[in-house]
Amino acid sequence: MRILIVGGGTGGTIVANNLARRLTPEIRAREVKITMLSASDKHMYQPGLLYVAFGQMMPDELYRDQATLLETSVDFHVDPVIKFNLDRKQVETKSGRTYSYDVLVIATGSREMPKKIPGLDEGSDSFYTEDGAVKLFKKLREFKGGKVGIVVGVPHKCPIAPVEFTYALHDYFTARGIRDKVEIKYHYPINRIHSIENVAKWAEPEFERMGIECETLFNVEEVDAENKIVKSMEGSEYQYDLLVSIPEHHGMEVIESNEMGQDGWIPTDRHQLTMEGYDDVYVVGDTTNLPVSKTGSAAHFEAEVISENIASIIKIGTPVSEYDGKVYCFIEAGRDKATYAMFDYQNPPDLKSANKAMHWFKMSYNKMYWSSVRGLL
Amino acid sequence: MSEHKIIDACNTYCPGPLMELITYMKQANVGDVLELLSTDKGTASDVPEWVNKIGHEMVSSEIIDDIWHIKVRKAK
Repeated sequence: MRILIVGGGTGGTIVANNLARRLTPEIRAREVKITMLSASDKHMYQPGLLYVAFGQMMPDELYRDQATLLETSVDFHVDPVIKFNLDRKQVETKSGRTYSYDVLVIATGSREMPKKIPGLDEGSDSFYTEDGAVKLFKKLREFKGGKVGIVVGVPHKCPIAPVEFTYALHDYFTARGIRDKVEIKYHYPINRIHSIENVAKWAEPEFERMGIECETLFNVEEVDAENKIVKSMEGSEYQYDLLVSIPEHHGMEVIESNEMGQDGWIPTDRHQLTMEGYDDVYVVGDTTNLPVSKTGSAAHFEAEVISENIASIIKIGTPVSEYDGKVYCFIEAGRDKATYAMFDYQNPPDLKSANKAMHWFKMSYNKMYWSSVRGLL
Repeated sequence: MSEHKIIDACNTYCPGPLMELITYMKQANVGDVLELLSTDKGTASDVPEWVNKIGHEMVSSEIIDDIWHIKVRKAK
């Protein structure tokens, strides 16, 4: 049985390690082989970019060598897939090799697409990449006062990030003693300030207390970078001195070029996590078209279901688990408080008050992630 | 030729039904009809508010077996 995992982010790595442990006897007996193909030899802890944007983490803290995160029985190659031949159960890689599989797990992730909006790339800053987060921090550090706009593309990875960034921005300028010289205006695509109703109800009075202005039903249409004006599809505009964007995301280009899903999102069964039309192809994390948050947390819970099912199919011939839509997200509420949102397909999030203990738990998790992705938590 | 696409956003909380509709509306062509399925009662008022503000066309909105079926035509 050849299990091929394409992608070495959170979802792919947890699937690989979880399977390697569950299938240790079969691997030792050479009945099962697990192979991972990734585009990079590095693994990035993406939630750390928020801290980089405020000088609270250094970029090198976000990375580990991917090979060190994997069980030794996983055959790991830095060789990105360029062609999927699903009907022949094969993939072709950049190096020219062909890999055949019996079970395929696609965990290629997502990418920000700032160029989808005219002027957005030139006219705004984003903390969704290492370079962007560092550049943004330098701008924030030198900011003397003026108007800061926050705009949000649809869909985007980590839906809570716009709220977290806004809290942190208020605290950052307060700590620098220039908050009274800065106007912060938060723009959001739908008619409340966060997609989760309970988060919106919690954040609204907090934003009001912090003096953060809000405009909802604001979907960015274009940015006039020269005159520093962002315009919405709904017909309003905002003149800014600094614009921070959470860009629209797509799935990876290889998914689009292989016509496996519009905008790179693969049609996926919401419970079995198999690709529509292919029982031997699983999809995990951001790569799915599921209506769940594109977060490491969702990828983690999905990865556990996929691993459990692949292993049980090998051992007893049938899957044993279904994904229930579970997501658990920490929500940083400034420099020293946090809360969390936990929900699934049947249960909406019941938000608790933000407190210091949850913030320190989150700070600890930033280190514990590496144990989590190894499958030890 | 315009298409009719169904978006199943039942029992989802984040990013939620309206965000799903906005995502698929970007992928659609002018004239396409998107049918949003949602179990969130707020969707019945949230979607028309956005559709009217942005200038798309509400086709219909009805609840069948506790599921809202909201049809929107992309107008621009």
